[in-house]
Amino acid sequence: MSRVLGLVCRECKAEVPPGMVNTCTRCFGPLEVHYDWEKVQESISREKIARGPHSIWRYEDLLPVESAEKVDLGAGFKKLHRARNLGRALGLRELYVLDDSVNPTYSFKDRVTSVAVTKALEFGAEAVGCASTGNLASAVAAHAAKAGLPAYIFIPESIELGKIVQMLSYGPRIIPVHGNYDDANRLASEVADAHPTWAFVNINIRPYYTEGSKTLAFEVAEQLDWQAPDHVVVPMASGALLCAIARGFQQLEQVGLTPENHTRISGAQPSGCAPIARAVQTRGDVVPLRTYETIVHSLAIGNPADGPYARDAILHSRGGAAIPTDEEVLEAIHLLARTEGIFTEPAGGTTVAGLQHLVENGTIEPDERVVLYATGNGLKTQESLTRTIHIPASIRPTVGAFEAMVSSPPPANTPQKTRGTAW
Amino acid sequence: MVKVRFSSALQGVTKTTLKEVPVEGTLHDLFAHLKKEFGAEFENRLFEAGKLRRFVNVFVNGEDVRHLQGLETPVKAGDEVSILPAVSGG
Repeated sequence: MSRVLGLVCRECKAEVPPGMVNTCTRCFGPLEVHYDWEKVQESISREKIARGPHSIWRYEDLLPVESAEKVDLGAGFKKLHRARNLGRALGLRELYVLDDSVNPTYSFKDRVTSVAVTKALEFGAEAVGCASTGNLASAVAAHAAKAGLPAYIFIPESIELGKIVQMLSYGPRIIPVHGNYDDANRLASEVADAHPTWAFVNINIRPYYTEGSKTLAFEVAEQLDWQAPDHVVVPMASGALLCAIARGFQQLEQVGLTPENHTRISGAQPSGCAPIARAVQTRGDVVPLRTYETIVHSLAIGNPADGPYARDAILHSRGGAAIPTDEEVLEAIHLLARTEGIFTEPAGGTTVAGLQHLVENGTIEPDERVVLYATGNGLKTQESLTRTIHIPASIRPTVGAFEAMVSSPPPANTPQKTRGTAW
Repeated sequence: MVKVRFSSALQGVTKTTLKEVPVEGTLHDLFAHLKKEFGAEFENRLFEAGKLRRFVNVFVNGEDVRHLQGLETPVKAGDEVSILPAVSGG
């Protein structure tokens, strides 16, 4: 018997049979996976997890799949770095960084996609698809290639070239859309509706897809010897990642893998597009944005569907929200690389800069055990950084020229006033 | 005629995903027409206390009506209206 009973509406709690659906037909609310907790409890144990594969699939008992065969490129089970240097720079006693930039397609999206494409095969889908700001696109295209399914990828027209080059290499159909992410997403939703045999990972099989991100909580707890941290800092776009991490810690407690935990959850968004973070700071509603401008493309969603839930998760846990500027984001990318040897993309920079804000304003206390999620790789977004680095002039190949060069200090990398893409 | 595209989540009520509606006025007028045609069930799914539910997105020619004039947004012949659940990103 399956450990997945079906789906349940997050709003009106109506039960819905499992399938490629995301919407409650009673109230239009979003659906989530409904587990049989007795079955999960019977099956799961720390020992079983320890014997499992070095990927998200070691936590299979808490993921919504039935099939033995997984579409697995090796997503997840990434290193939790003890970040002593960055901690010292920020005034934190015990800071860790979960480095998710080294997944198969170099972002956390491999976690959700591995679950979603496995699920798509279970449902007998004829194709997969998504709306994406770039990271999800490559994850879906790569997992579709592995699964032997065609992929349809809807992207806003102005995302980083590095991400477009990467996604195209896996051979999907990409559909660049005039407008911003919200426009691409609306079109993808309508196409998904018109093609019910296609599994759009973040649209019609979204309830299953978001479950993959819970593994970011599981891995942190496991690597902390089955203790949840005091505080986590998470980047926010739609808010789904933050909600999944909150749910992950809660479920670990529910099945007895960790003691009762009180993890505080904070989020970060760039100042050019921060509808959820502003709602947290003002204790108000999430007000959708029609236009936005930031270099942090992967967090640029003006109408975040999980925004109200993410705001509530933060406030309920007594966390906070930070809104760094693009310049602070670029500086923070360099700071993480310089102190910990981890090169992250602007979404990761947003989280580091957000952590800095939250320490400075006292939301995070110096003696808390803090985990920061670095969710994407800096190599994908090099053009954001090229204006901030200093490439030295070449020298003649002589020792004298070398000595002359190093006798003066290197010019610092200088984040300059940059312009994001206006949408 | 205004062309209205319904989410498949509404198909149990509307029995179709596309409908041409003879209306000139505002979205309010359009919804009055649709409520009359599809009954209380249609209204209950999309509205709560006279307002669009939080997870219902309505677009006129691709523009979210929250960024236009809400239910007071004008609609005229040739316009396309989409009614979709709010899902995005991840």
